[in-house]
Amino acid sequence: MLNLSRNEKIFLGVIYVLLLGVTLAFLLPFIIVLSTSFISEAEFARRGGYVLFPEGIDFTAYDILFRRSRVILNAYGVTAFRVVVGTLLNLAFTVTMAYVLAQKNLPGRIPLTIFVFITMIFSGGLIPRFLLVDYLGLRNTLWSMIVPILVNAWYMLIMRNFFMSLPEELSEAAIVDGATAPVILLRVVLPLSLPVIATIGLFYAVHHWNAWFDAAIYIDRSELQPLQIILRGLLRSATLEGMEEISFMEKPPPAASLRSALIIVSTVPVLFIYPFIQRYFVKGIMIGGVKG
Amino acid sequence: MSRSSRTLPLQRPGESRWSHAHKQFIKWRFYYLLITPALLYFLIFHYAPMAGILIAFKDISPFGGLQGVIDGPWVGFKHFTRFFNSFFFWNVMRNTLEISVLKIIFGFPAPIIFALMLNEVTRTVAKRVVQTISYLPHFISWVVVTGLITALLASNSGLLTGLLNSLTGESWSFLTNPDHFRGILVSSHVWKTVGWSSIIYLAAIAGIDPHLYEAAAIDGASRLQMARHITLPGISFVIVILFIFEVGHILEAGFEQILLLYSPAVYGVSDILDTYVYREGLIRLQYSFAAAVGLFKAIVSLILIIGANSLARRLGQPGIW
Repeated sequence: MLNLSRNEKIFLGVIYVLLLGVTLAFLLPFIIVLSTSFISEAEFARRGGYVLFPEGIDFTAYDILFRRSRVILNAYGVTAFRVVVGTLLNLAFTVTMAYVLAQKNLPGRIPLTIFVFITMIFSGGLIPRFLLVDYLGLRNTLWSMIVPILVNAWYMLIMRNFFMSLPEELSEAAIVDGATAPVILLRVVLPLSLPVIATIGLFYAVHHWNAWFDAAIYIDRSELQPLQIILRGLLRSATLEGMEEISFMEKPPPAASLRSALIIVSTVPVLFIYPFIQRYFVKGIMIGGVKG
Repeated sequence: MSRSSRTLPLQRPGESRWSHAHKQFIKWRFYYLLITPALLYFLIFHYAPMAGILIAFKDISPFGGLQGVIDGPWVGFKHFTRFFNSFFFWNVMRNTLEISVLKIIFGFPAPIIFALMLNEVTRTVAKRVVQTISYLPHFISWVVVTGLITALLASNSGLLTGLLNSLTGESWSFLTNPDHFRGILVSSHVWKTVGWSSIIYLAAIAGIDPHLYEAAAIDGASRLQMARHITLPGISFVIVILFIFEVGHILEAGFEQILLLYSPAVYGVSDILDTYVYREGLIRLQYSFAAAVGLFKAIVSLILIIGANSLARRLGQPGIW
């Protein structure tokens, strides 16, 4: 890389310019939305739409979202519930199943693994799944967003492969010391598996944060709607249920900045977390190998 | 030695099969207990819906509850025949396949090119920053992406539409225009997936023997030549395998994305199998008919994925099973 010929320099220059363009393409939509979330009705009327840079900073949109409406805080609560409780249950079910299926001598291990694997390549489809949730009485409960997706077969198999890669001597030594199976799981296997458990847990958590379709079909009651559904509603119509008071305001914020502000508040938590956890995600993809 | 004693090596001579199985069960009882909740989950939420596809061969009332499903009369392949003979079949199949193929044409090479370009960046910090930013779209929901697309392309207030309107003096509309809608689907798909998908290629590139580059440098190869003759062949096996599985998933044209973005004005170019099942089933409450369409898709998908896997195996790759 020390002595580059002229052609090489041009080649590299072109690549840097292209990558800069691509990076801007990733960021620009977010910048537009962030800027627009700060514009006032007067500025919106003058400029006619979404903007790249705001002329003034106006917090009316955020004020409405957080102070004048209980919808957003409530939706944050619903989303937080499904992320925290959902992910914990995901992990409890996934870890136990993966641990058992990782026991090389367990009678019935292969049929049980096939039992799970079949669900990865064939499914009953949307309608039977919807009817099942309906008949089980889960509709219009928070559990309809958690229980139907307790175990992701693919993540479970990734975790099982990891457990199988742990040296057997560790468990054997624990057995010699008189440890029973539950003790081995809690004291030997889990502490060694924290990275993979964290990775899979983050996969589950991001899914719960971003999921909306299950809420859209299973939940009708507005107080049980997660943030993503509220955002979808605001993108479709200019007003929000429970925000009727906006129409009584002297200077209501433009729909564009209200939408933008909601995009920002429903994205910011993920934006702040993912750069710090991405190395785990990347590792998780690698554990899955080409098969991902 | 009997056959059973070979498969169950701990069985003692003279011990009956059942008492052996019983002992095995006692020995492993903790593990069976531990896996029972997860097995019940799969039984209820995956196998029960599989049994539920039987409603595709019945006429069930949307308001009859479970009893309505049991009481519904058997109608054989009526719903399948209706689907295959309807105008919607060809429209939906064509849209599904065309959108999928477009996404493969543009979305499949994009992460490979992106990884090859990143590989040329020797400044680690710059490389890491670009990579991190490129993963960003992967972590946000399709709902948020829809909001971002609105910000750019909404017919009155979108930034790009506004710009085009003032430049051309015409009134542009993208999201409701059948000529542009698929372009939006494909480009937002590429935007959302290119960074994250490049990870696997970057890892494959990292696994290439560095001596190959040193040898090529001594022979006077340029960087472009190295990328072309060392890097690309070095990751070709990953490319081939991922491509096969991409084709195996060709009936997945992007359900959430399309459901959020489309409108009746563009149904003609964007209604895919999944959105059709959703509308017929959950909006128009034709459960049996929609289940039949869903079953058709599930069976074709199964055949495709088995085909993809055996093809991958024939090429000497492990496949997914």
